Amino acid sequence: MSTTTQQNDVNFYNCKKGFMSWAYTLDHKRIGIMYLVASCVALFAGGAFALMIRAQLATPGGMLPMTPEYKDTYNMWFTLHGVIMVFLFIIPAIPAAIGNFILPLMVGAKDVAFPRMNLASFYLYVIGASIALYGIVGGETPLTTGWTFYLPYSKETAGAVITMTFAAFVLGFSSIFTGINFIVTIHKLRAPGMSWYKMPLLLWALYATSILQVLATPVLGITLMLLIAERTLQVGIFDPALGGDPVLFQHFFWFYSHPAVYIMILPGMGIISEVISCFSRKVIFGYKAIANSSIAIAVISFLVWGHHMFLSGQSVYAGLVFSFLTFLVAIPSAIKVFNWVATLHRASITFEAPMCYALSFLFLFTIGGLTGLPLATLSTDIVLHDTYYVVAHFHYVMFGGTVIAFFAGLHFYWPKMVGKMYNETVAKIACLIVFIGFNVTFFSQFFLGYTGMPRRYFTYDSSNELWSQMHGFSSIGAFILGFGVLILFSNLLASLFSDRKAPNNPWGATTMDWETQSPPILENFSEDVPVMKKAPYEYD
Amino acid sequence: MSSKVDTSKFIPRFVSHHFSNADQEFDSCKLGMWLFLLTEFMLFGGIFVAYVVFRTWYPETFESGAEKLDWKMGAVNTVILITSSVTMAVAIRDVQLNKKGRALALMLITVLCGMGFLVVKYFEYHHKFELGIFPGGFFSFMGDHMSNEHLYFSIYFMATATHVLHVILGLIAILWVSWRTAKGEFYEAYYTPVEMVGLYWHLVDLIWIFLFPLLYLTK
Repeated sequence: MSTTTQQNDVNFYNCKKGFMSWAYTLDHKRIGIMYLVASCVALFAGGAFALMIRAQLATPGGMLPMTPEYKDTYNMWFTLHGVIMVFLFIIPAIPAAIGNFILPLMVGAKDVAFPRMNLASFYLYVIGASIALYGIVGGETPLTTGWTFYLPYSKETAGAVITMTFAAFVLGFSSIFTGINFIVTIHKLRAPGMSWYKMPLLLWALYATSILQVLATPVLGITLMLLIAERTLQVGIFDPALGGDPVLFQHFFWFYSHPAVYIMILPGMGIISEVISCFSRKVIFGYKAIANSSIAIAVISFLVWGHHMFLSGQSVYAGLVFSFLTFLVAIPSAIKVFNWVATLHRASITFEAPMCYALSFLFLFTIGGLTGLPLATLSTDIVLHDTYYVVAHFHYVMFGGTVIAFFAGLHFYWPKMVGKMYNETVAKIACLIVFIGFNVTFFSQFFLGYTGMPRRYFTYDSSNELWSQMHGFSSIGAFILGFGVLILFSNLLASLFSDRKAPNNPWGATTMDWETQSPPILENFSEDVPVMKKAPYEYD
Repeated sequence: MSSKVDTSKFIPRFVSHHFSNADQEFDSCKLGMWLFLLTEFMLFGGIFVAYVVFRTWYPETFESGAEKLDWKMGAVNTVILITSSVTMAVAIRDVQLNKKGRALALMLITVLCGMGFLVVKYFEYHHKFELGIFPGGFFSFMGDHMSNEHLYFSIYFMATATHVLHVILGLIAILWVSWRTAKGEFYEAYYTPVEMVGLYWHLVDLIWIFLFPLLYLTK
């Protein structure tokens, strides 16, 4: 099958045709593309809810009438924004979409270790997403719990809690399957010559991510099952009325969901390592430090979940320990940032679109990281807890970090994925609009939170001039941001219809994924067992 | 791998396209299976943590609840599951030695043991339900009990029901490999699915070995 083919003639898209060839495909590249399409649809759905939230809060009066039923409508919007963005977009976007496509190419393998499980993972994602969709439009009372499903409210509310938690449960399986697949692929299918410390840093990041997916997701699974049992069988484990403990639910939930934050950010960090080194034309500074810090983040991230419960009545001593450990997890993240900046030092930097995104990542992620420290401090957290400060902080990390890194990766790997070059100028303009829109939206929210605006409220005090200004500012920013993202995707999609064919290695990168043709052939490499010839990041 | 396999008795198998040899394929599957078992440990870990929390909060309740369980039935089930683990382990060895008939017989004994476990569990559950011992809010037992005893039974039912679900899945998996063994798909050069299902079955056994003392022998 993998005999020498004419350059750019036969590739994994056109070697087989028809719907069934996609539905039954075991090819990691096709599965990656399907994941990419699905998670981008989720991004737009989640984004639509975000814009509705911002439209509502643009003025104190809002656009919904001030009656209780409409409060629930607003609660539904932010809940669905959270659920969709977390479970359907940000967790699968980088590992399952870009990772699926790139990881086997990077290790020099023909596929991931378990191709059938990979396809099963995608179908579980689709099933999970369909169940979630049913929960939204299937006629049940809308979910208003927030994405965290805290009890006792999630037990008492009439909302579609069971449907949505079951959807998240199924999506968890999909995530576990991807994780197992990646760990085994990295352990067993690396090309001859690729020792652990010669792996590109994206592989280290995906490896650390997979450890988290495998170890943390099952805990979410049992937590959501217990919540369903709570509603159906009245088990009472989390219900104070039956002698149970609602804080135990929070412990369980964050035991998954805090590591999940790193499931989101770690692969983004991997992409940034690749992009920064490539467009600096320089060996990455502190390779081992970055590689090991990925693993360090994975380990420490399991020990910090309690910082979500500083005000939930957990013991002060537990709070102290969790506060200390939270500071500790900031160290490996900072190590990475310093190493990226050191890589830029005296480098021959060029500013192609992926690099523009990577540089805005450095800027935004640093703000996101540093604003997390006041939340990790017990005394300041009392003031900032559950305010817009928290919202701004985690959006700086999740959007300014992960999503910007996702955009960087999307632009970086786009030529490899589809074999076409996008319009560079438009891509840079989109990057600038996204950067401006993002900062306008979320920097203003730091001021809101610092002056006490609580999160999840559907209106605010109209006599507070600062709040009116900042909310208005934030809403304008959200629409600028949405516009930027729209340009970004239009530009990428337009490239599909252009005739600007991508060369095999448009960026002159050094990792093995660029040695294949663009887009790759069915089994990736023309040679049967490709050998790693060059250490990563050896730019001449 | 030696080559003295009587191929007329077995269906030869080829390594999947993306692996370079059978050993690499087997090692990969084994690593993948261990990772999957790890996820199962984490899943049950949640229930065990809930157990620890509530046993610390309500120690007397847990003793009183455990007294209502029949430790003899639990002990019988423990013996049944350990036996089934042994038969499964020997079955794997027999597949590796090309002793198809004996392997098949041992796998079916394993299935019978697993079904025996389910039958005992059925009688235990049935007895509890008759007494009105249901989880949590449905607890309607009229005899002597502590105030929060429904929580003990919530944990008991959640833990054992999750375990029973794993037993059932394990039995289906063993039947599946038995059928493939009967067809002659497994022999000394290829027995990966049998070994993986065996690992899964040992996990099911191991979790019960934790559940039995924690739930039945609390005093």
